[in-house]
Amino acid sequence: MSTEWTMVIGLEVHCELKTATKLFCGCPNAFGDEPNTNVCPNCLGLPGSLPVLNQRAVELAMAIGTALHCDIRPSTFHRKNYFYPDQAKDYQISQYDEPLNVDGYLDLPDGFRVGIERAHMEEDTGKTTHAGSSGRIHGADYSLVDYNRSGVPLVEIVSAPDIRTSDQARAYVTELRAVLVASGASDGKMEEGSMRVDANVSVRRGADAPFGTRCEIKNLNSVRSLGRAIEYEAQRQITLIESGESVVQQTRHWDESAGRTSALRSKEDAYDYRYFLEPDLVPLVPDAEWIQAVSDTLGMMPAERRARLAQLLTEAGGPSEAQVDQITTVVDLGLDDLVVEAVAAGVGTALALARTANEAATDAEAARVLDPKAYAELLTLEAQGSLSATQAKAVLADLLAAGGGDPAAIARDKGFEAMSEDSLAATVAEAVQTNPDEWSRFCEGDDKLAGFFTGLVMKATKGQANGKAVAAELRRLRG
Amino acid sequence: MAEPARLTREDVAHVASLARLALSDDELDTFTWQLAEVLDHAADVSSLDLDGVAPTAHAMAVTNVMRLDEPQVCLDRDEVLAAAPDVEDYRFKVPRILGEAP
Repeated sequence: MSTEWTMVIGLEVHCELKTATKLFCGCPNAFGDEPNTNVCPNCLGLPGSLPVLNQRAVELAMAIGTALHCDIRPSTFHRKNYFYPDQAKDYQISQYDEPLNVDGYLDLPDGFRVGIERAHMEEDTGKTTHAGSSGRIHGADYSLVDYNRSGVPLVEIVSAPDIRTSDQARAYVTELRAVLVASGASDGKMEEGSMRVDANVSVRRGADAPFGTRCEIKNLNSVRSLGRAIEYEAQRQITLIESGESVVQQTRHWDESAGRTSALRSKEDAYDYRYFLEPDLVPLVPDAEWIQAVSDTLGMMPAERRARLAQLLTEAGGPSEAQVDQITTVVDLGLDDLVVEAVAAGVGTALALARTANEAATDAEAARVLDPKAYAELLTLEAQGSLSATQAKAVLADLLAAGGGDPAAIARDKGFEAMSEDSLAATVAEAVQTNPDEWSRFCEGDDKLAGFFTGLVMKATKGQANGKAVAAELRRLRG
Repeated sequence: MAEPARLTREDVAHVASLARLALSDDELDTFTWQLAEVLDHAADVSSLDLDGVAPTAHAMAVTNVMRLDEPQVCLDRDEVLAAAPDVEDYRFKVPRILGEAP
């Protein structure tokens, strides 16, 4: 083999839009309701019903297009015809040759750019459950259908075949999810199916060879499954080719528990869907003013938010590698505003970032609605040495539970009085006197023993001493 | 302009199979003839000189017909399921499906 095998990956991500109602009717768009309660003649495909487009769904689709740097264009709706009970009317309304959003891109955190070919609107299908002895599709005796999801608005985001590794694919989905959440279009809940990923995978020898025959993998329900399935599928194709066989273009099903893909069906020709223009819907033609209005409502995207925190740290000589991870965590959880406001109130960036990524992040839901002023006051108390790190964390837990409050008052209620300098000095002196051997080694320059003495003082004060103050006192005694 | 290829019996059989319609030989003959007549009629448009005429997506020159994102009352479930061929666990019960959704 002269050159290494490389992968070519393109991803199709279906994203359910966070609207109150479905795409073409006023039934609620809700997950987890009793089966067949959110249905009407329209989403049941009953004769005489007519679709009317949901304006909010269009605006969220345009928000996605804007966030992905797409051209937002005049578009039309088509009927995609197929016989399957997940659509009661036997066709899905989708956008075909004139999608709303085209030609965009998504930059991954490492700077790698993935092209976005299109992001079009379509309706979701009902949910089928295959019942019977085996519980598997092939052994099913019959199927049960719940049409609550039928007609829920979706945007399908189709990437260019720019992705080259499974790690890049995972990074793409992670970043795309963050963008969809930040744009307000999606709740990003992969576990509830509000984001679903299909992967097109092919292999070739070297980075410049023509693309190989691709397979489309379905049923990827997590970022982890996506990575595993791509690795498995690429290896399957390489093994086929190296043994003299060829890859057949087909749709394959990922089996998470078995860790393998299996053939579902050969790729159906586009012709078989017999696309034609939906005669019951008129063209959707957003004008410049509307596009601008949607764009104006978009908040900061994750990349911008990360850059904002990195900039604050650059002023303080960072960010370190650990801090880059902290920034990612804080932005993913939507807690970066807390950091920025604490820094604006005078707290050091490193402390604000660390407390947010490590402590506030443990209850992100509460932290997102925490009063930023109270949070900044708490961190100020810690930075001043009025509270030890342990005490500050305890007060934070109370703040999170209550959504805010007065950190100084909570600290007093807990009995967290800052130790006076005299009492701290006495405790340190006692630790020194009862451990003469360690003390002399410390005095000879074994700095690691500072931790030993600090530990003793912390134990004696039940964590109430300020670590920095202890270290300063030790240095003072050593002279 | 070239005459469009006339609809064949095989075309009709293919479309019928996509729609899961079982047609007898006689029905295939009948529908092939009937559908071909319809398509021939539509093909008359091809005889017109349409150079310079922009394609239209809809018979009416109307765009952006939309509704507000406000929930409406849904159908009563008992009424909905009364129309189902069969019901289990408040879901439509249908014959088993080979393969997954397209």
